[in-house]
Amino acid sequence: MLVIDCPYCGPRSELEFSYGGEAHIARPADPSALDDQAWVEFLQMRSNPKGVHAERWRHLHGCARFFNALRDTTTDLFLATYKIGEAKPDER
Amino acid sequence: MGKFSGFEVLRQAFSGQKGWSEQWRSAHPKPAYDAIIIGGGGHGLGAAYYLAKQHGMTNIAVLEKGWLGGGNTGRNTTIIRSNYLFQESSSLYDHAVKLWEGLSQDLNYNVMYSPRGVLMLAHTVHDIQVFKRHIHANRLNGIDNEWLTAEECKDYCPPLNISPHLRYPVIGGALQRRGGTARHDAVAWGYARGASELGVDIIENCEVTAIRRDATGAVEGVETTRGPIRTRKIGISAAGNTSVVMSMAGLRMPLESYPLQALVSEPVKPVIPCVVMSNTVHAYISQSDRGELVIGAGTDVYTSYTQRGGLHIINHTLEAICELFPMFRRMRMMRNWGGIVDVTPDRSPIIAKTAVPGLYVNCGWGTGGFKATPGSAHVFAWTIAKDEPHPLNAPFNLERFRDGTVIDEAAAAAVAH
Repeated sequence: MLVIDCPYCGPRSELEFSYGGEAHIARPADPSALDDQAWVEFLQMRSNPKGVHAERWRHLHGCARFFNALRDTTTDLFLATYKIGEAKPDER
Repeated sequence: MGKFSGFEVLRQAFSGQKGWSEQWRSAHPKPAYDAIIIGGGGHGLGAAYYLAKQHGMTNIAVLEKGWLGGGNTGRNTTIIRSNYLFQESSSLYDHAVKLWEGLSQDLNYNVMYSPRGVLMLAHTVHDIQVFKRHIHANRLNGIDNEWLTAEECKDYCPPLNISPHLRYPVIGGALQRRGGTARHDAVAWGYARGASELGVDIIENCEVTAIRRDATGAVEGVETTRGPIRTRKIGISAAGNTSVVMSMAGLRMPLESYPLQALVSEPVKPVIPCVVMSNTVHAYISQSDRGELVIGAGTDVYTSYTQRGGLHIINHTLEAICELFPMFRRMRMMRNWGGIVDVTPDRSPIIAKTAVPGLYVNCGWGTGGFKATPGSAHVFAWTIAKDEPHPLNAPFNLERFRDGTVIDEAAAAAVAH
């Protein structure tokens, strides 16, 4: 089981969290301007990297707030957690 | 590589069974092939076999970064069934079941296909409604699937606990009698042996590091850890690593890769006669011919390439197993492991041409690819050879995510994703 460092509450067990998928996928500012291919990019395409992944987590059974994390998908090691709206930290 | 037969076993007995040759040639990469399959699991080796056997393409190679069948082919729970909801899916999976039925004879290699029945348990009114809908849909599509009451479930699978006092009591089940299991390693080995005999080069320990494209954008070869290889056709059958391989050709995929765990118990005498699956309490179980209980757990919630997963996931599954089968409470578990499954947004696979000429992909099988191995391999070989999809895999294209013609089997996959 992972230990995840919630930026609001500190380190807690993975069971307290829900996963929110890839982070930094911005909702289109003008949705009606998008063509079908652009919608596919936004809704369906995922980077799914083997390596550092920026992803959303939610501390569901704690503060219930969303935050972002950098995690290495080859080791499951968390490199950083940071609040929504903050810039992505440098990948170490 | 002689043919297996009773006579051959007898003949070999006179020389102490020491005269058997290797089952497939250990090949070195040639400078160029007519086609290359990336990924030496059941789906990739099968595609090579059918390319050589049915489409006459024998100057081809299968590139495997590790050892044959070392990925999800060797990590699954070997369940075979075709009782999917939508016609597109049930047609594709039933194509596979029909091939399973004759596969040992076709390959002259015993894949131990055992149609012992797959029983999917219903625990709630919602389960009953969903399963009956499946049964009716399957019947319209000519696929066997029948409703059993709790008592009939108990008759079919005597160790099952149908007490009304369970937290989630068994109140019925859907049974596909043609469903069952097969020996997963034998599938990879049998296809490898068959393909090798037809002239296919099977190259292990050969990881693809780049896909080369010419000025028009079409593929012209790959770079590997064992040197560059030229080819005009590449079929990617890389399961959990598909996104990584496709990115070498500059393509993004609607895929996420998750760890899926399974475990086996110590071997015991035959006790569980069929495959039992439960979506609601989330467990599935069967018994291998060696006597081990083979138990499938769920996926972790996060994407990962680690081929392991959280202990709480398998704990949860074992709690469900112990409730359904109280007699297993003191069984010891021998091994557990994880495989990386590539999941699409609609939980249906992609077997298709891509935007890059000469590049084909077979992926997105999620948690249920083993059952489809022969059918998937067969239609993928067709797609590569003819540069157009077989009617069975035409709906499983990449454009469906853009056009909205998704095949939404998420609720039909028997296990919660």
